[in-house]
Amino acid sequence: MTVLSADALLEVRGLQTWFPIRSGVVRRVSGAVRAVDGVDLTVYPGETLALVGESGCGKTTVGRTLLRLVEATAGNIWFGGVNLTRLSRNAFRPYRQKMQIVMQDPGAALDPRLTVRDAIAEGMDAFGLGASADDRTQRVADLMRRVSLDPELMWRYPHEFSGGQRQRIAIARALAVEPALLICDEATSALDVSIQAQILNLLAELKAERKLTYLFITHDLGVVRYFADRVAVMYLGRIVELGQTERVFAEPAHPYTKALLASIPSLDPERRGVKPMALGDVPSPIRPPSGCHFHPRCGVRLATCSRYDPPVVPLRDGLSRCVLTPDSDDGRPNRTDAAMAAASPKPDVGPQTTEPHP
Amino acid sequence: MSTPLLAVENLVLTFPGERGRIAVVDKVSLAIGRGETLALVGESGCGKSLTALAIMRLLPKPGRIEASSRIEFDGRNLLELSVPEMRSIRGGAIGMIFQEPMTSLNPVTSVGQQVLEAVLLHDKVSRRAARERVIELFQMVGIPDPRTRFAAYPHQLSGGLKQRVMIATAMAMRPRLLIADEPTTALDATIRAQILELLRQLSTTTGTAVLLITHDFGVVNEIADRVAVMYAGMIVEEGTRRDLLSQPRHPYAQGLLKSIPRPEARGRRLEEIKGVVPRPGCWPPGCRFAPRCPSAFDRCRSELPHRTEVSPSQGAWCHLVEYEVHA
Repeated sequence: MTVLSADALLEVRGLQTWFPIRSGVVRRVSGAVRAVDGVDLTVYPGETLALVGESGCGKTTVGRTLLRLVEATAGNIWFGGVNLTRLSRNAFRPYRQKMQIVMQDPGAALDPRLTVRDAIAEGMDAFGLGASADDRTQRVADLMRRVSLDPELMWRYPHEFSGGQRQRIAIARALAVEPALLICDEATSALDVSIQAQILNLLAELKAERKLTYLFITHDLGVVRYFADRVAVMYLGRIVELGQTERVFAEPAHPYTKALLASIPSLDPERRGVKPMALGDVPSPIRPPSGCHFHPRCGVRLATCSRYDPPVVPLRDGLSRCVLTPDSDDGRPNRTDAAMAAASPKPDVGPQTTEPHP
Repeated sequence: MSTPLLAVENLVLTFPGERGRIAVVDKVSLAIGRGETLALVGESGCGKSLTALAIMRLLPKPGRIEASSRIEFDGRNLLELSVPEMRSIRGGAIGMIFQEPMTSLNPVTSVGQQVLEAVLLHDKVSRRAARERVIELFQMVGIPDPRTRFAAYPHQLSGGLKQRVMIATAMAMRPRLLIADEPTTALDATIRAQILELLRQLSTTTGTAVLLITHDFGVVNEIADRVAVMYAGMIVEEGTRRDLLSQPRHPYAQGLLKSIPRPEARGRRLEEIKGVVPRPGCWPPGCRFAPRCPSAFDRCRSELPHRTEVSPSQGAWCHLVEYEVHA
C-alpha cells in the first residue's frame, strides 16, 4: 500500500498515533492508547472526504496528526508530493498554512480576548499575508461579508455572537490564509439543525468558489450522506471501509458500516424501528480486541475473526477490511449476504459464531 | 381523550431581566394520555427543557412559575403540593432521565448502591429485597452481568451503560410518567439505536407515559406518538407523529424538517431558515417566527396567532394556516 497517486492532494500511509500511558511513581510507560493504528488515506483535490465513526475511533486524532498538533508515532503523510513527516517544524510551516481546521466548538476555538478582526487576521499575521495592517483589516472585512457577517462587528468579541455566527468567524479565520485543504472536525455537530443547514450551504459555496478540498470529520451520517463524495469509516483506530458515498450507503460492505447505517433513525413516518445491530459497547482503544477489532460486537463473525487481522479487500471504489467481503469483480449475489442472512443477529443474545457458506 | 395523565395549562415561566421579569416559556399547554409518548421538539433556547423542569418543580432559581399556570398530574395540581409531597412524586410516580448520565450519577458510590437508595427511599422493603429489585431492574434495561455490575462505579461504565443505569433508576418505582430530556443526544449512533429500542420496549411493556424532550426528528419518529413543536417559548404546532412528519403546517415546523440534510437533497442547497432564534426578552410582537418566516404578512407582525385546528389531531398557531383552513 505504498503506491502513491500522482494526482492526490494528501496521501497518508501506515499512520499511527499512539498516546503513551504512564503509571507508577517513576511514570514508566505502561501501555498506549492506540488512537490511530495504521491508517491509509488518499484525499484528491476538490473532493469532500468524510471520516466517520463513533467517539474514540480516532477520527479526530487523524485530523490533529495531519496538522502536527500531535506527532505521529509512525507512518508517512505526503502533501502535494512532499513527505511532511520528515520536515522540521520550520519547514512544515508553509504546509500548515495550506491545511486549516474548523472545530466543533467555536466558543472554545476562538480566543475570548481577541476581537473578531484579530482572530481572523491572526493567521495572516503569522504567515505574513497582506501588505499592511490596514490591508489585513480590509481582507477581514471582505471575508466577513463572504460568510454573511456584518464587517461593522469586527471590533467585537466572540462572546457577543451566537454559536452559528461564531462558526462563521472560525470559517473566515481558516480561509484567511488561503488553504487548499480544510479539515472540518464536527464543524456542524453542535449547531441547531436550521443553523447547520446555513453552515453546510456556506461550506458548499466556499468549496465551489475557492476550489477547496474538505476532510469532513463527523459522527453524523445524515450530514455525510448529503455532503460527502467519498466516505471512510473508522473503528478503533483503523479504517474498516472506504468508498463512494452513494455506494457505501446503498451497499455497505463491512458489518460495522451496516450496523452504523441501520442505527440511523428514519424521518419517514411509515418506517420506524432502528436496528441495534452492533452488540454491546465500543471497547477501549488501550486494549483493542485481537484480530478484527469489531469481532466482539459483530453479528456475523467467524471463529477466525478473533485470531487474525482481517485482510484489506479492495473494492471497485475503495476497500473493506473484513474477511467476508466479496471480491469487487464478483457481480453475483455475494457470500456476505448469504452469511449475514444465515447468522441473523439477535441483539439480546451474544454474538454467534458461524462458518462461511461457500 | 379522557382525563389525561398530565395536563399542563397556560404555563408561564419567567426570569428576572434588566427591566422586570422576562418570560422564557409563554402560555404553554400540553396533555399526555396514559401510556402515551409525547415529544416536545425545538431548537436550543426554545424553552422545552425548562418546561420539563417546571413540571418536576425543579426550575432553577431565580426562575419562577407564574400564578396563572396549572400542572395537573393524575388529578392533583402539582403546583399546590408541599415540598415533601412533591419529593415523593419525583422519582416515584414521575421518573426522569437526562442527556448526561455522568453528571447525574454520584462518582464515589457504586451504581447498584445508587439505584438501591432510590428504591429504599420510596419502598418500605428490606435491603436484601431492594438489592434483588435493583438486579431485576438492571436485567430489564439490558445491563449485561447485572450482579457484577452492581458494584461498578460510574467511571467503569460506558456512556450507554450509564444511561441504562439512569433508566433503571427512573423505572425503579414503576412511574406512570417518564420525563426524558435528550436521552440519546450524547450517545453514539449504535448505542443510541440500543437505547431507543429499550425506551420503546419499556413504554409498551410497562405502560409508562413518556414526555420526550428532543431536537432530533429521527428520535421523534422512533418513539413518539404525538409531537409538540416549540419556538421561542411557545408551542407553534401539535399533532400526531404522522401529522408532523408528513404534513407539518406551521412554516417553522416545515422549515425545520426541510433543513435536515437528506440523501434526496444531495448536490442541492439545503433549505435554510434565515436568521437566528430571538432571545427571550427580544421576542417580536405578533408571531414570534414572523421575522424569519418566508410567508409572513402584515397581521403576523402585529397579532399573536391562536390555535387553528387543522384536523381533530393537529393544530397550528399560524395566521396563514388559519386563512388556509377557513378559506
